[in-house]
Amino acid sequence: MPWVVMAVALPFAGMLLALPLGRHAHRLAWAVLPSGLAVSVLLVVQVWRGGETVAYAIGGFAPPLGIALRADGLSALLVLTTALVVCATGLFALAEFRPPSAEREARASVLFWPLLFALWGALNAAFLGGDLFNLYVALELLTLAAVPLVSLEGKPETFAAALRYLLFALLGSVLYLVGVALLYGAYGTLDIALLAGAARSEPAAWAAGALMTAGLLAKTALFPLHLWLPPAHAGAPAAASAVLSGLVVKASFYLLVRLWFDALPAVAHPEAATLLAALGTAAILFGSVLALRQERLKLAVAYSTMAQLGYLFLMFPLTGGPTEAQPWSAGAWNGGILHAISHAFAKSAMFLAAGLILEAVGHDRIAGLGGIGRALPMTVFAFGLAGLSLMGLPPSGGFIAKWLLVTTALASGQWWWAVPMLAGGLLAAGYVFRVLNPALAGADEPVALRRPVPRRRQAIPLVLALLSVLLGLLPLGPYRLLWVGRPTAAEEGLG
Amino acid sequence: MNGAWLLLDLVLVPMILAAALCAVGARAQFTGIVFYIVYGLLLALAWVRLGAENVALAEAAIGAGLTGVLLLGALARLPAAAPAEPGADGSPGTALRLAAAILCAALALGLGAAVLALPEPAPGLADVAAAHLPATGLGNPVTAVLLVWRGYDTLLEVVVLLLALLGVWSLTPDPLWGGVPGPRHRTRPEGVLVFLGRVLPPAGLLVGAHVFWAGADRPGGAFQAGTILAAVWLLAIMAGLTDAPAVRGLALRLVLVGGPAVFLGVGLAGLATAGAFLGYPPDFVKPLVVLVEAALTLSIAVTLGLLVAGAPERPPR
Repeated sequence: MPWVVMAVALPFAGMLLALPLGRHAHRLAWAVLPSGLAVSVLLVVQVWRGGETVAYAIGGFAPPLGIALRADGLSALLVLTTALVVCATGLFALAEFRPPSAEREARASVLFWPLLFALWGALNAAFLGGDLFNLYVALELLTLAAVPLVSLEGKPETFAAALRYLLFALLGSVLYLVGVALLYGAYGTLDIALLAGAARSEPAAWAAGALMTAGLLAKTALFPLHLWLPPAHAGAPAAASAVLSGLVVKASFYLLVRLWFDALPAVAHPEAATLLAALGTAAILFGSVLALRQERLKLAVAYSTMAQLGYLFLMFPLTGGPTEAQPWSAGAWNGGILHAISHAFAKSAMFLAAGLILEAVGHDRIAGLGGIGRALPMTVFAFGLAGLSLMGLPPSGGFIAKWLLVTTALASGQWWWAVPMLAGGLLAAGYVFRVLNPALAGADEPVALRRPVPRRRQAIPLVLALLSVLLGLLPLGPYRLLWVGRPTAAEEGLG
Repeated sequence: MNGAWLLLDLVLVPMILAAALCAVGARAQFTGIVFYIVYGLLLALAWVRLGAENVALAEAAIGAGLTGVLLLGALARLPAAAPAEPGADGSPGTALRLAAAILCAALALGLGAAVLALPEPAPGLADVAAAHLPATGLGNPVTAVLLVWRGYDTLLEVVVLLLALLGVWSLTPDPLWGGVPGPRHRTRPEGVLVFLGRVLPPAGLLVGAHVFWAGADRPGGAFQAGTILAAVWLLAIMAGLTDAPAVRGLALRLVLVGGPAVFLGVGLAGLATAGAFLGYPPDFVKPLVVLVEAALTLSIAVTLGLLVAGAPERPPR
């Protein structure tokens, strides 16, 4: 069975079934979520066992005429991360997005399931696509599945946030598409592997690279194109925020990595890598400070996403270079990828925990959450564990990721990139403890819960938070997988 | 002969630029939209001149037609307000506008330079496509690209279209969920709209069916045919001759997902019959492509029509 195909086809089949099922759509989750997870695990096993990139020519037509799907270690790992996060949020959403009665269907519960399944399919299409135009279609799918999720609750302020998100994302799509057209005009192929052999450092490739990068940055919400992210991610229902903040912004970042490390390494310039990392540094500092200043929990978590995305861009100047003597070569590459994955688990756990708090208390003003730890111990514990990973404290995936990035920065003599990373960790401790301290301290008047939260719902963010910690305890597994099909530019550096 | 074509180009290109400038620069929104529609139609002519009839059909039908209707519909819902002075009510001031104009101009120049630097003749896959076309049994290479070689793109694109409709539906006020999109159109029974609504649909249906059927061998196909059918349907709705369907209907939802579902089903069947996802067994390429296109045409027509009709505004009947 070609698992690489099933990873895309299965969620879309779920989407197409969910719409006619209407008020019964939530029952479909019990079929789609486990089978999608199983397919992802099987794909990882296939890549792991084979030890090389799995390539699949769709329809039997090899590129450049046809489209190839490719799963290397990085793609497989991201497909598995996506499956785990989507399954957890899907289970979480089952309590929220179900019909109000047996006869009536409600707007949000009918639309949530097809949108979630489509988002899953779109993420897998982005992680597995080997063709730049096909990846454009995957980006469009992502945008059009993500934007309605933002305003699914139908509150007026979320419409404004969704519209702003749509405008940024569509601008990003157009820029990306113009770049794809230029590359096709210059080299006559859209296939990433073929393009890597053909692309040279010349005006058309520079223009295409610049446009596509700008477009993908708008979708990844890198500073200063982050304006859409906090209101959109904070205003969405918790289950949607978890997927949007944990996964969707990572997909456009992943395409940026594919673009530079796989398709255009010959075109990349060290100064461009420095610029990306400088923007990432600004994102870490601004995002963390803004997260510290928020009054509302979900907004603080959303600004933290803006900051944590910044770390990913330090990969560009740190990857490769004089790091061959490190215990793991390409430390920054592994560190960046591991950061993306551990943040996916930690951030989705945080948003689900914040959603439970909002649901139980009726508001999410940080000042009014004193003593919540006694009322919802499991949820606050999950929030704290996820915070551990964001701060980069051991033992957690975030610790290993940041440690790899910082040691690479020091070993390669680029110590200045280590400064914002360490400062970002301290600031993250600030915004996490700003929530945890009053939550764990005894308040004069402990918060009254509007309604109890069942333990099995509280367990879901806890499992996600534990996964982000577990990554720090089992770092060698992902490394062996990441090694499969790793681009040479990941070890030799860009430019 | 070449001279005449050159003359046409010399007229067409400045007209396209002028229409684009008027669309962007118009003070009144209605004027801007009209120029945008004109721009789309002129662009369609330009595509014909470039020998890309498929693109021309899509540009005229979707770029000028449906988008124009959507923009006019959006304008009708905006509060009538005079265009704001620069700097007033938070709109960007003159300095910011100037900076944006300079940056956009620089981008346009850079893009122009990059396009002019492209190799001539352009490397491309036209020869490869022409060499592989006979094996498909199709006569139209564009259809072969869209449904056979890059069918995966098309499958995902129709899902994009469906997602866009779900996005529009997500804006429904909760009490009206499941209801009927748009207002009930009332027209004078002897009016020109009703007259057109009665006269044009039979011809439109015929043209739509022809464009779908011709798509296998000549310019045309599911997207163009779907747009024409959607236009006919919308005309009948706007003339008050029929009403938009309630979005809770099971039949409607089955038609909407039918196109992508048939395509996905044929694609998965390809795993068994052709040894590859979205592969076709050699002797059945054309029948399967026509089957997929038929389902897609219907789904695309209904999806586009409902996209223009908008979110439900009336409770279910």
